[in-house]
Amino acid sequence: MSSKDRILGRIRRALRDDAPAVAIPRDYLPVHGARTPAERVDLLAAHLAEYRALVHRTDEEALPALLARLLGARGARSVLVPTGLPPHWLPAGGPTRVPDRAASTPYELDRVDSVVTGCALAIAETGTIVLDAGPGQGRRRITLIPDHHICVVRVPDQVVDSVPQALPLLDPARPLTWISGPSATSDIELDRVEGVHGPRTLEVVLVGTQ
Amino acid sequence: MTGTYLGMPAFPAVPDLPAFPAAAREAVRDEVLRANLRHATHTIRDKRARAVAELADWDRLRAAGKAVKDHTLRHLDRYLLQLEEAVTAAGGTVHWAADADEANRIVTELVRATGEREVVKVKSMATQEIGLNEALEAAGIAAYETDLAELIVQLGHDRPSHILVPAIHRNRAEIRDVFRAEMAGWGRPAPEPLGDDPRELAEAARLHLREKFLRAKVAVSGANFMVAETGTMVVLESEGNGRMCLTLPETLISVVGIEKVVPTFRDLEIFLQTLPRSSTAERMNPYTTMWTGLGPSRGADGDGPTAFHLVLLDNGRTDTLADETGRQALRCIRCSACLNVCPVYERAGGHAYGSVYPGPIGAILSPQLRGTRSAIDASLPYASTLCGACYEVCPVAIDIPEVLVHLRERVAQGGPVTRAGVRVTLRPADGHTAERAAMRAARLLLDHPGALRAGERLLARARRLAPRRLPGAGRAWTDSRELPTVAAQSFRDWWDRERSNPR
Ligand code: SF4
Repeated sequence: MSSKDRILGRIRRALRDDAPAVAIPRDYLPVHGARTPAERVDLLAAHLAEYRALVHRTDEEALPALLARLLGARGARSVLVPTGLPPHWLPAGGPTRVPDRAASTPYELDRVDSVVTGCALAIAETGTIVLDAGPGQGRRRITLIPDHHICVVRVPDQVVDSVPQALPLLDPARPLTWISGPSATSDIELDRVEGVHGPRTLEVVLVGTQ
Repeated sequence: MTGTYLGMPAFPAVPDLPAFPAAAREAVRDEVLRANLRHATHTIRDKRARAVAELADWDRLRAAGKAVKDHTLRHLDRYLLQLEEAVTAAGGTVHWAADADEANRIVTELVRATGEREVVKVKSMATQEIGLNEALEAAGIAAYETDLAELIVQLGHDRPSHILVPAIHRNRAEIRDVFRAEMAGWGRPAPEPLGDDPRELAEAARLHLREKFLRAKVAVSGANFMVAETGTMVVLESEGNGRMCLTLPETLISVVGIEKVVPTFRDLEIFLQTLPRSSTAERMNPYTTMWTGLGPSRGADGDGPTAFHLVLLDNGRTDTLADETGRQALRCIRCSACLNVCPVYERAGGHAYGSVYPGPIGAILSPQLRGTRSAIDASLPYASTLCGACYEVCPVAIDIPEVLVHLRERVAQGGPVTRAGVRVTLRPADGHTAERAAMRAARLLLDHPGALRAGERLLARARRLAPRRLPGAGRAWTDSRELPTVAAQSFRDWWDRERSNPR
């Protein structure tokens, strides 16, 4: 008998008692509070900042200048760029652009200073941005290996209130990465330290009409 | 990498460890350990209470989480088959392991087939439970723990003491000493000089592990959830070591207990709200990774591994499922909230439980997964004051006190249990004769109110003769506690007198 059959057989024998079928109550809240779109964006910004992400606000027109300034402030000499990132976001003459390619090795990515991506959506109540490897976001590893990640969120369109609102908008077949603040650990005497293996600095740029 | 044996044997499947009272007595005397634990548990539990209070529907989320898990367990065979089908359709391979040995064999062979001699690991209780690192070591394969706390534990030849923060029993100076002494033998040495600031220590770990992440070809992980409907695996973490292991290597092997399955993708909306708040007391943990098989590109676009193996682990879970009262332990989502509120855990520490699952959940899970034959497992159901705090905080409403009492009865009285899928009748455990006698006496007294009254009066009169320590089976209890003093008169006597003398 295969282990599969053995395990399934044990389960079926274990369940022979007539415990009643269980209905799942779904009366928990789809969202915690009523917010205007602007309040939703404010809450996202506040929660991201609480987890030590650096939050910036700008409009479409001023975005390239802001990104240039943020990269410059970090002294970035190279920046990873996903294929679908709108080309005008990054002005010419900035850090060397490194395209996100399947062939690049982790060692090559480790030498890049920064990465700029979009996102699939953001969740205000938890201060989370979700990446789904779409064209403006690239492969999962490009937001992981460089030490500096700038993520652009279109507000208010890409912002939802809650986790229950976020899941139906996501495709589980795609690889999903949920990010709430920069990498962090509290393993040593519960002192929070940002940046263990993932980017030490997470900057979130909220782009909308100001 | 050399084949130096650095790991310490994991908690063995049937451990030859001292029973809980003996192990706890030692821990209780360790002042540093107690101070560390008190600080940690109180800090996390206060934060947790605030994070939970933020959600007005917490009780409803808790009820829903409990119901999803109970529903899944009721139909576990169906959901596991559905999961297997979905994972396979997405390009993954599913393996079934009835016990620890089989799981270790499967993983070892999968690693061997890649030709690699080292693997990076994401913190996983399931692989600790089966002693995977030691099994790989024996096969000449080095397994590197990459969670900071697990790294501290591994380098320190130590054992984890907490589900969430496994190295919580170590303070910063000890960690610095461990890094200095051990990192060089395991890869990149610790930077010199190395202070004991957590920031510096985290940086040392970053440098030490980065070289391993960048070159790793094989990773081993667990998972917090598996979605039957879609085949999606979910890992919650903070440091990014999980993302490194789950996305950079070519081969990913996940060893996951069969109870971790949930029916639908939507069900995650419950647990992604309750787990972070119960565990790290955050609204959301910094990183969550979800992947489904090899993804739509089948790994061809370089985004993630090109081979994914899921090892479904039984190892006592189906035996636990066979127990109608005890099966609720399988709802556990390993948040560790019950540890942080437990007065016994706070004093005894994590090691006294002799299992990768310490604290209240360990006290009910380990004796069910492993049986109650060993001294440690037979003693675990007694590692509690039954105060009920663990039940109050549990995000899936496991009635831990109920299961503890149920297991105590099993240990003391024996009775029917399922071991390795076979229904057997357990004999009462050795060393519980006094307790059995006490149970019988209690029943006799409760059935005969007159005798109870007489006994209480007798006790009250003889109270000056009462011992400071209990004899026999009760001794362990009074070793570290004051025996309550006997009241001058019994409650019944007092009641009778009060009633006959109305003021
Ligand atoms: S028993 Fe409940 S509180 Fe304890 S770790 Fe499991 S889920 Fe958390």
